[in-house]
Amino acid sequence: MNRRDLLRRTAAAGLLATPAAGLLTGCALGGGDEEGDGGETYVGTKSAQNPLGVKEDAPLEVVIFNGGFGEEYAKSHEAMYKEKYPQAEIKHSATQEINKTLQPRFVDGTPPDVVNNSGAGQIDFNGLVSQNALADLGELLDAPSLDIAGKTVRETLLPGAVEVGSYDGRFLVLNYTYTVYGIWYSTKLFAERGWEYPRTWDEHIALCREIKKSGIAPWTYAGKHPRYMSWPLISTAVKFGGLDVAKAIDNLEPNAWKSEAMKAAADAWYQIVKDGFILSGSPGLDHVQSQTAWCQGKAAFISCGSWLESEQKNVTPEGFNMAVAPTPSLGSGDKLPFEAIRGTAGEPFIVPAKAKNRAGGLEYLRTMLSMKGAQDFTRRVSSLTVVAGSTQGVDLPFGLSSVVKALEASGSNGFNWVYNNYYRKLERELVDAACGEFFSGRCTPAEFLDACQKGADQIAADTSIRKYTRA
Amino acid sequence: MKHGKYPLIITFLVPPLLLYGIFVLSPYLQAFQISTTDWLGYSASANFVGLDNFATLLRDEYLWNAVKNNAILLVLLPILTIALGLFFATMLNMGGRRGTAGVVGVRGSSVYRLVYFFPQVLSVVIIAYVWKEVYNPNNGLLNGALRALGLPAPTWLGDPRTAFWAVLAVMVWSNVGFYVVLFGAAMQAIPRDIYEAALLDGSSRWTTLTRITIPLLWDTVQVAWIYLAIAALDGFILVQQMTDGGPNHSSDVIGLRMYNTAFGSETKFGYASAIGVVMFFLTLSVAVLALRAARRERIEYA
Repeated sequence: MNRRDLLRRTAAAGLLATPAAGLLTGCALGGGDEEGDGGETYVGTKSAQNPLGVKEDAPLEVVIFNGGFGEEYAKSHEAMYKEKYPQAEIKHSATQEINKTLQPRFVDGTPPDVVNNSGAGQIDFNGLVSQNALADLGELLDAPSLDIAGKTVRETLLPGAVEVGSYDGRFLVLNYTYTVYGIWYSTKLFAERGWEYPRTWDEHIALCREIKKSGIAPWTYAGKHPRYMSWPLISTAVKFGGLDVAKAIDNLEPNAWKSEAMKAAADAWYQIVKDGFILSGSPGLDHVQSQTAWCQGKAAFISCGSWLESEQKNVTPEGFNMAVAPTPSLGSGDKLPFEAIRGTAGEPFIVPAKAKNRAGGLEYLRTMLSMKGAQDFTRRVSSLTVVAGSTQGVDLPFGLSSVVKALEASGSNGFNWVYNNYYRKLERELVDAACGEFFSGRCTPAEFLDACQKGADQIAADTSIRKYTRA
Repeated sequence: MKHGKYPLIITFLVPPLLLYGIFVLSPYLQAFQISTTDWLGYSASANFVGLDNFATLLRDEYLWNAVKNNAILLVLLPILTIALGLFFATMLNMGGRRGTAGVVGVRGSSVYRLVYFFPQVLSVVIIAYVWKEVYNPNNGLLNGALRALGLPAPTWLGDPRTAFWAVLAVMVWSNVGFYVVLFGAAMQAIPRDIYEAALLDGSSRWTTLTRITIPLLWDTVQVAWIYLAIAALDGFILVQQMTDGGPNHSSDVIGLRMYNTAFGSETKFGYASAIGVVMFFLTLSVAVLALRAARRERIEYA
């Protein structure tokens, strides 16, 4: 065999190696499925001081998603836990790849006690819930709060915090932060130009015209993640048609995406596409690029959640003073007032069903939900928590205080949807692709809603995906 | 046969074979097994579903869309890369014709050789990030240049008509340097007197390339073809980093489909394994076909 032959055969062997990398690895289904491996091994005695029955010296393992919030806040919560249980040894780790790091441990029944399942490497909740991989956190809700006298943990939470983590009535996911989704603008830019944030759709379009005339693009969006634009669109529909619009979408009801309210909202939003109110090139920008263009004053409005301010910290000019506002009302017939805004709990924390120290995991979440834990978090990462009133006495940056104000104004009119939690693929892939076509002007409102509906119907017809309904 | 040969061979062969068995062969076999289950990845239990996953796969329009893209890559990536690689290598090694001492490259060829190899040194993720900025429709290098020339500035990665081709261009760009070096090394091995004879006969550059260089390089070209076929059936990292398959699935590839099915928007490990199994047979067929199709008489210089 000469050298060339060898080279050629190596190449052929290399060809074989590609699918090897592709085929999913690991002793995945290993030695069959014995029940009873893993599971709770540390159980303490319950008392008034220790309502969850934590074993004082049981080790606790916490895995944190190392994203926008970093991991320092978690170390601080761990220190608080350790203060109460000095004998407990805490194993802390932080990663950006929650799914790849933890998947084998879920399979062999040795998951950590607390997981911050977040980020791009988040494990799909539908998969976790349908495989009974999550512990019921109901016990935590009924336990007394650590430092808010006379209240159970449930009573200290903001409205909607429990619903968003519940699957078929069981509370399985604690979403720790409180996120508001709205339209963002620079109050400085608006004050300088004498513009006022529009309360109705007609005012919005009129203002867009004026903004465009002044040489600034009225809108930009994350073209690579166009689902960001589905948020204001669905919000407009919910405010126009009432809470049932979102409920029908969440419950995968037939033609939920083609309701009258959704049609009205899609038609309205189509105008910013048609009239060229979107910064040219936006379809080719990702979220960071589009947000940066917005911070540079190239566009006036952008749709985002309340993490925007900390995400843009490094590129926001001094005195930019970003603020969030609800979507404009379509007309006087809207079921919800202008102030109504989408607010929801985010940043999910879970305790795996097979956690060795399940009680410790719940106790750790109780520590996070104490007033002290929540205030510490808000102070460190400039983000709201689901603990009501925890912003008191904390100095908030400009954008976040606008979030607090918007929430107060919205009050009991706040709304939310959860189809993105139930069926991650529907929002992340299917609605996302449809929004991309719609907001770049390649399809009409009717085609857009058809594409979303087709996606929802696909999910509904897929028997391998577990379905959830909410009231 | 010398005494004690076998213990020695066994000592050296067993550990690598064992590693190969555990880390390469066993995952293969397991993937075949998993592809016949409905395993969702986060518990140890799964039900046997026979060939259901493969039946679903046949009807999965998103997968077929990805297969189509990989097929286009399979045709275009090797052709473009090898053509460019051969052209550059020829220019670097025998493009200059002034010399009397046989065959030399164009002026500054050693610098070019270095420059062409740069992308090979960079990690694929970095290449993806750099090009994402180059393709930025508003601040990118490419559209900046186009605007300066008064040409229209497309949205590149944001437009389904251009996104896939933009990624293909980056694939060619990042691969070509390696083949310039590979072909260049092979050209050095071709005896000089052949070229000198061709020069004396007044052969043009093109004739020299097609009649002498390429036939004598055929084995190397064949190897290149197979390597590039591997790259074409993969393409996962660049696509995931640059477009994530979008817009509207226009730049999707099979590898990304598989990844998203298992780790991305779903946890269907059984179904993802079925996609992996299909990819395995696809790659295998391509390898066999490539070796067959490129078989030719070999020339040996003694």
